[in-house]
Amino acid sequence: MNAVELTVNGREVHLQLDPRTSLLDALREHLHLTGTKKGCDHGQCGACTVIVEGRRINSCLTLAVMHDGDHVTTIEGIGTPEKLHPIQQAFITHDGYQCGYCTPGQICSAVAMLDEIAAGVPSHVTQDLDEVEFSDAELRERMSGNICRCAAYPNIIAAIRDAAGKGKA
Amino acid sequence: MKPFTYSRAASVEEAAQAAASTQGARFIAGGTNLLDLMKLQIETPTHLIDVNHIGLDRIEGTQEGGLRIGALVRNSDLAADKRVRRDYAVLSRALLAGASGQLRNKATTAGNLLQRTRCPYFYDTRMPCNKRKPGSGCSAMKGINRGLAIIGTSEACIAQHPSDMAVAMRLLDAQVETMAADGARRSIPIADFHKLPGDTPHVEHALKPGELITAVTLPRPVGGTHVYRKVRDRSSYAFALVSVAAILGKDGGGRFAFGGIAPRPWRVEAADAAAPAGPSAVAEAALAGARPTAQNAFKQGLTARTLASIFRQEARA
Repeated sequence: MNAVELTVNGREVHLQLDPRTSLLDALREHLHLTGTKKGCDHGQCGACTVIVEGRRINSCLTLAVMHDGDHVTTIEGIGTPEKLHPIQQAFITHDGYQCGYCTPGQICSAVAMLDEIAAGVPSHVTQDLDEVEFSDAELRERMSGNICRCAAYPNIIAAIRDAAGKGKA
Repeated sequence: MKPFTYSRAASVEEAAQAAASTQGARFIAGGTNLLDLMKLQIETPTHLIDVNHIGLDRIEGTQEGGLRIGALVRNSDLAADKRVRRDYAVLSRALLAGASGQLRNKATTAGNLLQRTRCPYFYDTRMPCNKRKPGSGCSAMKGINRGLAIIGTSEACIAQHPSDMAVAMRLLDAQVETMAADGARRSIPIADFHKLPGDTPHVEHALKPGELITAVTLPRPVGGTHVYRKVRDRSSYAFALVSVAAILGKDGGGRFAFGGIAPRPWRVEAADAAAPAGPSAVAEAALAGARPTAQNAFKQGLTARTLASIFRQEARA
């Protein structure tokens, strides 16, 4: 067993973990933060997306022990039922889901993704690598690591666009 | 996953020493490929050496006017680096064409070079695979092989190399810098880094046991139009059926490297020399000796058409 110290949603936690424990399983099974979902468990679906040290990653494809000392934000740390994050509110307003299973991953991904656009990080669809523009094509490309089996994609994009304050891009 | 022990190295030297003194040890950096394979018990290390805290995370200019990219620079950081965007745009484009935002935030420069094939039979532990289990046979040869390699293959293996980044690195004549377990350092031209399968498809690269990649160095920038064109079954987050990295000069010259079609990033000198004669000549030279299967023969035409599209776009620009 390995000692692992994390700061999850602002709270310090101390765990004793088998080194095989993924960050996802540490969050769900040990800290009982079940908002983060296990979909494929192989980095293909994005349901497990969390924000570690400010960057979105797949929590299923990393070991908790590799993140000893790190700050982790899960969907529980993004907003609460009483105080929704603007992107959470926008998903409700635009009906950005059907079954909802992928939604926590979509929202964590979207929060960090908008920071990436704001920082000028280019994407596969960026025409000029030095001029990152905000468009639906950019949002679709940047969110492609989050699969929605219900195919709520048009409304997910509408929600993110709205929350980013850009209206119809 | 099979049980393993874990240690965190604090320096390059410590990592190399740990590798030398621990049998069955593997380095882990981003882990996005290794952990996936460990879950399926395709990789079964008994010890993991976490190298995420040993530095090697910077991009620096070299005295020769090139760039030295630390082994642990994340794919997203490398793609976004201002010098890479300006002087090595083909590398930015290749990185951005690969994986997802989440994976690029984790995946490292060295790890990307070392990623394993996505041949479905390499992943299916119930089936024979010479790469996974030497001598067991190749299931792909008569199986589902639409996505697999058409050139550089052998009777033992037709698996393709999955990387986009490595194709751009091959185009740019990168050098892979390493440190061996005994502290010896060397620099391997990327042309010699990835191995063709031959009779030993489980041997994929030139690294010795315990040898650690410390950096990838790029020579001075090559002027011209930098292009990375990737053709795949869906427009994002999928491996290449065919990809072409190219730098086209104003004088009609060019250089080309190909992904999705070979067991390693594919580059042929004769294809570069054929650039003035046009895309068909480049494709013919690049694919001379191809041995496709009935299912993936389409990749020959697709390669030629992708080249034609790149040439046409350059002519319009």
